[in-house]
Amino acid sequence: MLSKRLIVCLDVRDRKTTKGVKFKENIDLGDPVEMAERYYREGADELVFYDITASAEGRPIDIDMVREVARRIFIPFSVGGGVRHLDDMRRVLLAGAEKVSVNSLAVRNPEIIAHGARAFGSQCMVLGMDVLRVGESPAIPSGYEVVVKGGRERTGLDALEWARRAERLGAGEICLNSIDADGTKAGYELTITSRLSKAVGIPVIASGGAGAPEHIYRVLTEGAADAALIASMVHYGAYTIAQIKKEVAARGVRMRLRW
Amino acid sequence: MARIAILDYDAGNLTSVLRAVEHLGGDAAITRDPAAVRGAEKVIFPGVGAARASMESLRRLGLAEEIRRAFAAGKPILGICIGCQVIFSESEEDGGVPGLDLLPGQVVRFRFAPAVSRKIPHMGWNRVEFAPGERHPVFAGLESGSEFYFVHSYYPRPRSENLVQGTAVYGGIRFAAAIAHEHLAAVQFHAEKSGPCGLKVLENFLNWRP
Repeated sequence: MLSKRLIVCLDVRDRKTTKGVKFKENIDLGDPVEMAERYYREGADELVFYDITASAEGRPIDIDMVREVARRIFIPFSVGGGVRHLDDMRRVLLAGAEKVSVNSLAVRNPEIIAHGARAFGSQCMVLGMDVLRVGESPAIPSGYEVVVKGGRERTGLDALEWARRAERLGAGEICLNSIDADGTKAGYELTITSRLSKAVGIPVIASGGAGAPEHIYRVLTEGAADAALIASMVHYGAYTIAQIKKEVAARGVRMRLRW
Repeated sequence: MARIAILDYDAGNLTSVLRAVEHLGGDAAITRDPAAVRGAEKVIFPGVGAARASMESLRRLGLAEEIRRAFAAGKPILGICIGCQVIFSESEEDGGVPGLDLLPGQVVRFRFAPAVSRKIPHMGWNRVEFAPGERHPVFAGLESGSEFYFVHSYYPRPRSENLVQGTAVYGGIRFAAAIAHEHLAAVQFHAEKSGPCGLKVLENFLNWRP
């Protein structure tokens, strides 16, 4: 039986880890490579790096950073933000990342998922999606709409339909971030996470809202997520990875406890 | 010439395997040159992807023959993921693909009982139970129940239980995750992405003096 994964997310800008609430104010938290190494040693199952300004600034991802991370950590990690085309994906993967994540690029050009999956395999293709609770309507039957640009721009895509379509196109995994929950530390958005995870046959990573081990427990059980993404819970030292895992495992969820 | 040849046959990304070996102080190079494989002391046979494409590349590059030669000569070989599958007689992937046939057995797809619904690929960390008793040197010192990182939809089913060093369970199916036969060891998991436990497998392989 698989263990549920605890994934640490590092938002990176200008070679520094940063953390913002709802993509607004940001503060620097440290060197992403050193932080990555620390989380690796402390038992993170996987890491995610988002170059949060590459996309807006129209520049490629910091490949040197990816390379440096790959020299120092020996667990899977994915890279997202600033992926513009197949060549960017190739560079990220060749630099040592296990997976590459596309979000707004896939909204603009869904075929990029198929192209990436054909070129590098589905297991490398992560679809990142930000969703906003908008209420059910004929256009958005699930009541959750896919948004881009940190929630500032709506796409007209229904979250469940988009997830199923991405799976058909060849996405190997979906990272579902709730804009409503993100930054609140009040818990993940369990409704859409559970519905989406059950609607697809690929693993779903829940993101947005983690503030306590209880939230992680709930999203991995009620939320039916395969993995939970955390950031501020460990970035500010409120919890260690081992502490979170032990607490969640003690309630019956299988976690990787030895490394 | 590098002591360890990491086979490049267009089967995915090999950078992480090289990084892990370098981290352990190993002298390795990624190569698709059969002569470099012949000159190397040991061979790592990694890869992700599909069985048919992998076999076609291995043949086209002359590496299929070179691996058979290395195996026959008793050169230490470590297969990882696809490299743990194509060493068997055949795979049912892509409508049936003959493998290198170094070891007798099939590679089959996860098929779950109707009551068991599990996502495919089997992706993530899973426990590997190592059989009690004498261990192959590549798997020495690993605690049974240690977790490793897997990404695969097919798994090897060796004809002989004697080849199996360790097993994992997914959706009620117990499958061979660690395999060894004399100078050939193979793992279905990604040793290079499995943290300290995975590095231990690679380190054992580097230090192994058969």
